[in-house]
Amino acid sequence: MHIGHEFLQTFWAVMPIVVILFGFQLAILKQKIPHLQRIIVGFVLVWVGLTFLIIGLEQALFPLGKLMAIQLTSLDFINNPNDWKSYYWVYIFSACIGFATTIAEPSLLAVAIKANQVSGGFIKIKALRITVAIGVAIGIALGSFRIVAGLPLHYFIISGYLLVLIQTYFSPKSIVALAYDSGGVTTSIVTVPIIAALGLGISGAIEGRNPLIDGFGLIAFASLFPIMSVMAYVQLIEFFKQTESK
Amino acid sequence: MKKTLQQFAGNLTDSAKDLAPIVLVVAFFQIVVLHQPIPNLEGIILGTGFVLIGLTLFMHGLKLGLFPIGEVLAFSFVKKGSIFWLLSFAFALGFGATIAEPDLIVMANEAAKVAQLGGIINTDNELNNYAQTLRYTVAIAVGLSVVVGVVKILKGWSIQYLIISGYLLVIVVTFFAPEFIIGIAYDSGGVTTGPITVPLLTALGVGLSSSIRARNPLIDGFGMIAIASLLPIIAVMLFGILQ
Repeated sequence: MHIGHEFLQTFWAVMPIVVILFGFQLAILKQKIPHLQRIIVGFVLVWVGLTFLIIGLEQALFPLGKLMAIQLTSLDFINNPNDWKSYYWVYIFSACIGFATTIAEPSLLAVAIKANQVSGGFIKIKALRITVAIGVAIGIALGSFRIVAGLPLHYFIISGYLLVLIQTYFSPKSIVALAYDSGGVTTSIVTVPIIAALGLGISGAIEGRNPLIDGFGLIAFASLFPIMSVMAYVQLIEFFKQTESK
Repeated sequence: MKKTLQQFAGNLTDSAKDLAPIVLVVAFFQIVVLHQPIPNLEGIILGTGFVLIGLTLFMHGLKLGLFPIGEVLAFSFVKKGSIFWLLSFAFALGFGATIAEPDLIVMANEAAKVAQLGGIINTDNELNNYAQTLRYTVAIAVGLSVVVGVVKILKGWSIQYLIISGYLLVIVVTFFAPEFIIGIAYDSGGVTTGPITVPLLTALGVGLSSSIRARNPLIDGFGMIAIASLLPIIAVMLFGILQ
């Protein structure tokens, strides 16, 4: 393990932001930073926490995730490699791991906390995270199916966009921005490496697929479907409220 | 001190709950579905412990450091009232947070390999150049996204019109982009929004829209991440067309 190396790397990832934040506040706005000590402690915790998180993920989760992606798509496990139906465990695994990694995603938690704050508690932290995770699960399962079946990526993405457009039209205005943000939020440090490995594993195992070309696209699915699930969730709540009040 | 420790223990329990699904999914598939032993069990338990501690410290650090300073800056900029500096700050933040993003570095290198496979570039020198240019393209796109996001809050634009026009642009550009870049481009949107960028942009958006009286933080404060996930898609495809 190169713990020192990891610390250095996350340091260089956090540093530009620290320089920009403090530089603008001190040099351009010429303002003091309130609670400076606490903020510095916060940044050190972010740095140390991020490093531990990355080391742990690289030690434990990523190798195992990659290994499982290879095992699930290997010929010993798949009965008929030319039939997309025999890959059902791959789809189930995609959905489960998509859900599980999203729940652990710190970026999503951060956004959920803020959304809870500014909505005065109307948006529940847990409910938002589970809704987004369900969206990611559906998205990655469908994305895996696309790689197995060899269908063009942009058909799926463009139809997805159209669905989002229709949902936006029917959604309450207050939720739209948050729903759109949920798409980008889910694909962060925990989720991306696992599903990238999954994409490469599936496309490497199937004859005629090129991992370098067909392996991409899963992340796009994972960013698109939470938008739909968050809007759908709010639409359902509104629907039940209406029927109740009738 | 006792209170801090209690709080830490509480946060640790929360993180453990967040990680439990991953452990369950991996164990279930490995043991029940694949009938395989878990390789290097000690290493994996140790690694999971690292993730647990890392997640706890990171979330605590966000609340102590990143969230407050994002909001302090948003408030200071509104008080100063200089649009020029606010927008320069927005660009610097988006660009600076993205250029060092480890996920983006990995993705740019992968993309360069794909381009080599497609015969677009040949030498190793060109390979490095390609990856580098791609990284800058994405970072500039994110910088511009934050600028657009800030202008949106200042002007009170609706997010849906911005995103819908963005989607239409993505669809149009897709038809002109070389086939091999499409998957990479679509993925680049998700890659840019890392664990530091997301909380910071959220704090900035919520801070700005709370400081401006006519804005509602829930309606106007969010949306910046969505823009930052959209513009890079267009930028990477344009990059593919121009190469």
